[in-house]
Amino acid sequence: MGVIMAITKDHDLHKRRAKRNILLGLVLGSFVALVFGITMVKLSEGQMLEAFNHTARPSLVQELKK
Amino acid sequence: MTDITADQTADHLLGNPARDAEFGDFFALLKPRVMSLVIFTAAVGVLVAPVGVHPLIAFASILFIAIGAGASGALNMWWDADIDRVMKRTRSRPIPAGRITADEARQFGLWLSVIAVGMLGLTANFLAAGLLAFTIFFYVVVYSMWLKRATPQNIVIGGAAGAFPPMIGWAVATGGVSVESLLLFGLIFIWTPPHFWSLALFMNDDYANAGVPMLTVTHGKRATRRQIMFYTLLLAPLAVLISFTAVGGPVYFILSLALNALFLRGAWRLLRRNEAEAEADRYAAERGFFRLSLLYLFLHFAGLLLEAGLRAASIDWASWPQWV
Repeated sequence: MGVIMAITKDHDLHKRRAKRNILLGLVLGSFVALVFGITMVKLSEGQMLEAFNHTARPSLVQELKK
Repeated sequence: MTDITADQTADHLLGNPARDAEFGDFFALLKPRVMSLVIFTAAVGVLVAPVGVHPLIAFASILFIAIGAGASGALNMWWDADIDRVMKRTRSRPIPAGRITADEARQFGLWLSVIAVGMLGLTANFLAAGLLAFTIFFYVVVYSMWLKRATPQNIVIGGAAGAFPPMIGWAVATGGVSVESLLLFGLIFIWTPPHFWSLALFMNDDYANAGVPMLTVTHGKRATRRQIMFYTLLLAPLAVLISFTAVGGPVYFILSLALNALFLRGAWRLLRRNEAEAEADRYAAERGFFRLSLLYLFLHFAGLLLEAGLRAASIDWASWPQWV
């Protein structure tokens, strides 16, 4: 049977896919950075980030005291 | 780099390179030109609201509103691929051109919708996210799937989808809905019919070939010209009324008066023309009116932005009346 030839040169298709993957990577990286930034802003604005964790929450205790 | 399929290789050898979807093709699915209008009107909604928003929260919220609008555009292209193949204006879109499959577009649109709504809820508030979800539902299900192929009132009712972004922007800042945001909604809602019908006047063949029951196809161009005049008459007082709200002021008032005078004159010109005149100059007045409609909306929102800037600079018109 014939000899199987290895593909040694990048097809144009590969270049296009590489470009697409790089751009997608940049979009995802920017999204992560944006979520990080939003989290920082929310924290600096003092928003409540308490979850139920089976312990007394100071904010609730203070409200009860009032 | 070993996953070139036999068909793609064969296509390449036959001088017909495989068309793998590129990044830009997915971006085109988001209807970037429509998205630019959404970004602008949503940004104005955020910026003219009386409540300050952290710049990063405002930026992220506008981005997620734009992504939500883009996602609905992708879903619209998935649903309307058959129409898009027929119309000259839309033939080169990614699905009819064969660069993206309809299924890919549907998946892309659905996932982006989920991400945009979820992220807007977490970034701003859940009223804004709910309004965005409703906007996507309205554009895809109510307009694209139901009204577009069923009634000549398609763009009148469907226009609501395009009118929501400033209202969502306002909700991002204030967490609520108010008279001002309803008026901004109304401005785009009433503006949509004259805008699209003027386009339909000179793109009528496209809609007729695709079987879309635009007013020009079902009731003729004369009736469409009358309807353009009717909606322009409704639009003018509404646009000017915004001057006398918390977001308006004398600068917006003067701008709005001038723009509405031009818009009314344009609609009157369209009303007085017959088809022979229109065809003689290749619908020059109709094309001009369509371009004016874009400028009309842009400048109204720019006027509101200017008023907000003046207020921020403490240039306040204390004696300016506020009716609502």
